[in-house]
Amino acid sequence: MATRTQFENSSDIGVFSKLTNSYCLVAVGGSTNFYSVFESELGDIIPIVHTTIGGTRIVGRLTAGNRHGLLVPFSTTDQELQHLRNALPDSVAIQRVEERLSALGNVIACNDYVALVHPDVDRETEEIIADVLKVEVFRQTVADNVLVGSYCVFTNQGGLVHPKTSVQDQDELSSLLQIPLVAGTVNRGSDVLGAGLVVNDWCAFTGLETTATEVSVIEATFKLQGNQQSAIIGEMRDALIDNWA
Amino acid sequence: MDLIIQPPVHRVLCADCGDVIEPNSANLCIPCLRNSVDITEGIPKQSTVNFCRNCDRFLSPPAAWTQAQPESRELLAICLKKLKGLNKVRLIDAGFIWTEPHSKRLRVKLTIQKEVFTSTILQQIFEIEYVILHGQCPDCTKLAAKNTWKALVQVRQKVNHKRTFLYLEQLILKHGADKDTVSIKEVKDGLDFFYAQRSHAIKMVDFLSAVVPIKSKTSEQLLSTDTHSNTANYKFTYSVEIVPICRDDLVCIPSKQARSFSNISPLTICLRVGNSVHLMDPSTLQIAECTSPIYWRTPFDSLATVSDLIEFVVLDIEPSGQTRGKYVLADAQVAPAKAFQSGGAPAGGDMDIDGSTGGSDAIYHTRTHLGGVLQPGDTVLGYYLSRNNFNSDAFEQLDPGRVPDVILVKKTYPSRRKKPRARNWKLKSIAKEAEEIEDGVKGAGRGALGRRGGLDRARVEADYEIFLRDLEEDPELRNTVNLYRADTNMVAPTIKRGGRGKAMDVDSTALATTLPAPEEDGEDEDVEPDFPEIKVDELLEVFDDLAIADDTPPDVV
Repeated sequence: MATRTQFENSSDIGVFSKLTNSYCLVAVGGSTNFYSVFESELGDIIPIVHTTIGGTRIVGRLTAGNRHGLLVPFSTTDQELQHLRNALPDSVAIQRVEERLSALGNVIACNDYVALVHPDVDRETEEIIADVLKVEVFRQTVADNVLVGSYCVFTNQGGLVHPKTSVQDQDELSSLLQIPLVAGTVNRGSDVLGAGLVVNDWCAFTGLETTATEVSVIEATFKLQGNQQSAIIGEMRDALIDNWA
Repeated sequence: MDLIIQPPVHRVLCADCGDVIEPNSANLCIPCLRNSVDITEGIPKQSTVNFCRNCDRFLSPPAAWTQAQPESRELLAICLKKLKGLNKVRLIDAGFIWTEPHSKRLRVKLTIQKEVFTSTILQQIFEIEYVILHGQCPDCTKLAAKNTWKALVQVRQKVNHKRTFLYLEQLILKHGADKDTVSIKEVKDGLDFFYAQRSHAIKMVDFLSAVVPIKSKTSEQLLSTDTHSNTANYKFTYSVEIVPICRDDLVCIPSKQARSFSNISPLTICLRVGNSVHLMDPSTLQIAECTSPIYWRTPFDSLATVSDLIEFVVLDIEPSGQTRGKYVLADAQVAPAKAFQSGGAPAGGDMDIDGSTGGSDAIYHTRTHLGGVLQPGDTVLGYYLSRNNFNSDAFEQLDPGRVPDVILVKKTYPSRRKKPRARNWKLKSIAKEAEEIEDGVKGAGRGALGRRGGLDRARVEADYEIFLRDLEEDPELRNTVNLYRADTNMVAPTIKRGGRGKAMDVDSTALATTLPAPEEDGEDEDVEPDFPEIKVDELLEVFDDLAIADDTPPDVV
């Protein structure tokens, strides 16, 4: 199921939240509306953590993580780190990363098995990513954009990439990640997917401006619906768009 | 389900309608983009254009009023100028959609382009309706309120003839100084020139000060003020007085003044009035130039004017050697011309006056500056001092023994002037000669002058004739004005009549100015041979500046 929501009148919810299969981070806002949306969907399944990172609310863009771990930037305070450690399950490793590209959410896109990273990320960071998140790391670009975390979102089921990603690039990424990829948009035509969409293996949250078409693409891509359509995605990805159109 | 396997073309779904499109920066299909973004936003769909019904002009923002035909480029420009937001989009095309003129509506179809997102340019065609608002433009308002002028130049000369103004009119025409004049009004002793702007009036005053000796005074009348915006509305009046001394006037300079003019003899004649007054003592050829500031410090009046001139006949003339330019000092013997007229001595009043000085057949000896032009037998105009009674302190102070009996001023051509003859040239006028067209009589009112009718008009007619003769007889004066060729059918007969008598020679070579009537052929032998003719090449064609003249014909109030 995909849920539309917004954070304090902004549809860029991916900036203010982080969703993985084992936990969810939500920024501290003026009201708890945003938190409540997440709680109603995920409340009794995974922990939802109210937090800031380095005193800022843009937790989604500063952190990267999956079922196995969470990477936070060097600006994260000890207190925040302690809070996260207390709130998250013991199975989730938390690591503070000393990386020049401190918006880890923008430079790292990952699921539970693979990660795409910005081509300029440090070698040490790359190792930390591999160790903490237990993923295979690929230095890649999406539609010539180096900020892979911003321009693509993927789970273990499937992935959404920048609308201008060429077919060859999609094929290449798809074979790297071993999941089907679809070019798509969120928030009524916005190509900044990472900002408009947070998703895990069974649920998704999108910005309030996202249209029904986009939601249907998202649900199909991330296999959030019945089996029939996910089968089509798996088998005939190239013809997918024609099928819905 | 039929699945058509397409070549792997890179497509996404339109975010709004789900259409398959090539990804663009908005990721929306064109119809959805058009629905979501209105590039005509900020451009009013309805507007107004102001139209002045009196003068059929449209307001071209911000303040100009221009003539524009319906559906013309000019009107389109005005319409587009009225649209505020048009600078934020790119205008591709604009055109009128036909509307009924009585509807007071204009419909304009616009095609505009605008970049809605990065490198996404949308083009749209839409329509704008203009309501034509009828109103009055400021010019017409002024006209309707009879508030047409802002500055006035009052030109005055306190003399009893109008020749200065006739000449001034020609100077103004020649220099195009009447270009901005709103109207001209004849008043006692002068003319009023009206201007819409103060600067135009100042220009006129400057022009006048360059061509005639004047004294000017400025005054202003406050019409209204706005204390909030600190603006005031004034009417400006420039009072210009021209020195009341004219060409050929006899002037008796006050003795003190005469001493300062390098001790010239006080009794002088005025040779020329340009920027300053040129005075000459005819008995010594000494010249004094009196500029207007000097004149107005101690103004003096002329002793006698052209109307006081009397004809004399030159009996003998003997140059005494001294010359100055074209002037040659000479001793002349003259007798009043009346003595030679048939019918004996005139009876009545004239004889009574002459009684003391020896009658009209007396011979006078005098010195004159006209030694170069006068021959024995010529007729010359001069002041008959011994017969005149002047009312002037300066004249009274002169030693009566040193005052000549006669002062000769200019040569004249009475035989040639005996019959009124058509001229092959004419002058233009500032004013439209409305009356002329009306009753078909030439010379009913001379340009800007003589329009008040009655005695005044007759006087102006006489002055105009004198002025025309002056022009004929003085090439220097002629050079300062524009002469135009008159209707050729009036001159045509002269060409046929060539080679008879000395006057005829002049006729055939120079296309005579004057046209003797056929019955007076016998008298042609009397005509002065040195009569100054106006050469054809001095004349201008009327149409030379017809276009300019017709452009803005100033009207006489």
